[in-house]
Amino acid sequence: MASEITTSEYIKHHLQNLTFGQKQVETEPGVWAPTGEWGFAMSSGEAANMGFWSINVDTMFMSILLGALMMWFFRSVAKKVSAGIPTASQNFAEMIIDFIDDTVRGSFSGGKNNLVAPLALTIFVWVFLMNLMDLIPVDIIPQIVMQSAGAIFGVDPHHVYFKIVPTTDPNATLGMAIFVFLLMLYYSFKIKGTGGFIGELTLQPFGKWALPINTVLETVTLLSKPFSLGLRLFGNMYAGEMVFILIATMYGAGLVMGSFAGLLQVGWAIFHILIITLQAFIFMVLTTVYLDMAHQEHH
Amino acid sequence: MNINATIIGQIIAFAVFVAFCMKYVWPPIMQALEERKKKIADGLAAAERGRHEQELAEKRAQQVIHEAKEQASEIVSQAQKRGNEIVDESKNNARVEGERILNSAKAEIEQEANRARDELKSQVGGIALAGASKILGREIDEKAHTDLLDELVSRI
Repeated sequence: MASEITTSEYIKHHLQNLTFGQKQVETEPGVWAPTGEWGFAMSSGEAANMGFWSINVDTMFMSILLGALMMWFFRSVAKKVSAGIPTASQNFAEMIIDFIDDTVRGSFSGGKNNLVAPLALTIFVWVFLMNLMDLIPVDIIPQIVMQSAGAIFGVDPHHVYFKIVPTTDPNATLGMAIFVFLLMLYYSFKIKGTGGFIGELTLQPFGKWALPINTVLETVTLLSKPFSLGLRLFGNMYAGEMVFILIATMYGAGLVMGSFAGLLQVGWAIFHILIITLQAFIFMVLTTVYLDMAHQEHH
Repeated sequence: MNINATIIGQIIAFAVFVAFCMKYVWPPIMQALEERKKKIADGLAAAERGRHEQELAEKRAQQVIHEAKEQASEIVSQAQKRGNEIVDESKNNARVEGERILNSAKAEIEQEANRARDELKSQVGGIALAGASKILGREIDEKAHTDLLDELVSRI
């Protein structure tokens, strides 16, 4: 933590994504106007005013990097997989896959479906890896990015942002949740048919005479699923990240507080191992359950 | 914390990863797992079968040993019986042979005695005739009295 910035600035800096979009200028306090150029936002205000057509480069970069890493590992195992004595990496992959397969078998009863199990595997491992970035001490990678960006592009390091935990960005978690929601809709229409699905949304739980109430209730229920799915993961990881950042602010407050912060950080990190695994698992199980519900016909 | 186009990027990235996983990762590994499961099941079944066969073989071996023992004891008892028989038979043979030898010896002795007696008779006849001829001189006709003498001899 540099001495010339305040604690609040430090925290804000850590919570800001590296956003690419249409450059904005603050013409007067609180009022932003586009300059017509494209580039990285240099402040959180500018990022906030870039509108929908901007992109969080750090989130995309980290999530795709981790996803590619995961797929590379599993693909390398799948290429030379054997039914005989497994190698160490195959053993590891099999352990995960067996676990996922068991869980999916336990909560998905929609018959033969080639999508759900691979989907659950992707979710579990990918979300776990993205969450795992939370355990890297909060300053290491942002500082590396900031200093190298400063050295290479000559920009002020204080205006370079980098969040390495994609799941602390609601875009990432809601994006995944929306994809799951699309799958839910697809299977609902496919299994129950358009009439069946609409009937499920309008004729329950109070029968056909309370159609408007049913529609409101069921639509809210339906929409709350992806929303809660995405926000649960985001909230947990954001809060965890926040605690790490707050602990990190104590390092600047002398030797005693610094040592205490070190202890706290280790403790929270150990506890966080549980949280990141659990959240990945919950996301996976809920996805499976939602897809299972999309396969169930109500009568 | 702004909702922006990242959300679309994430949906696409997620969909690509899921599709990749579904096509290139899950099926081969799952297939290997299934194959191994089958292999293990087969192995266990084979082991079970082997154990069963071993049990049968042991039972059979026990039976064979039992039979062999029975046969052996039978052979031994037969041999003993045969031995006794042979001993008895030889005893009989010996007795029979002894009797035969004894009889033949007796017969021979009798024969010898008879012959000696016959010889003696004939000689006694001759001696008596010679003695009588000496005593009577020429008065006695040798030919006329031979029958008389022979009768005399046979009475002896």
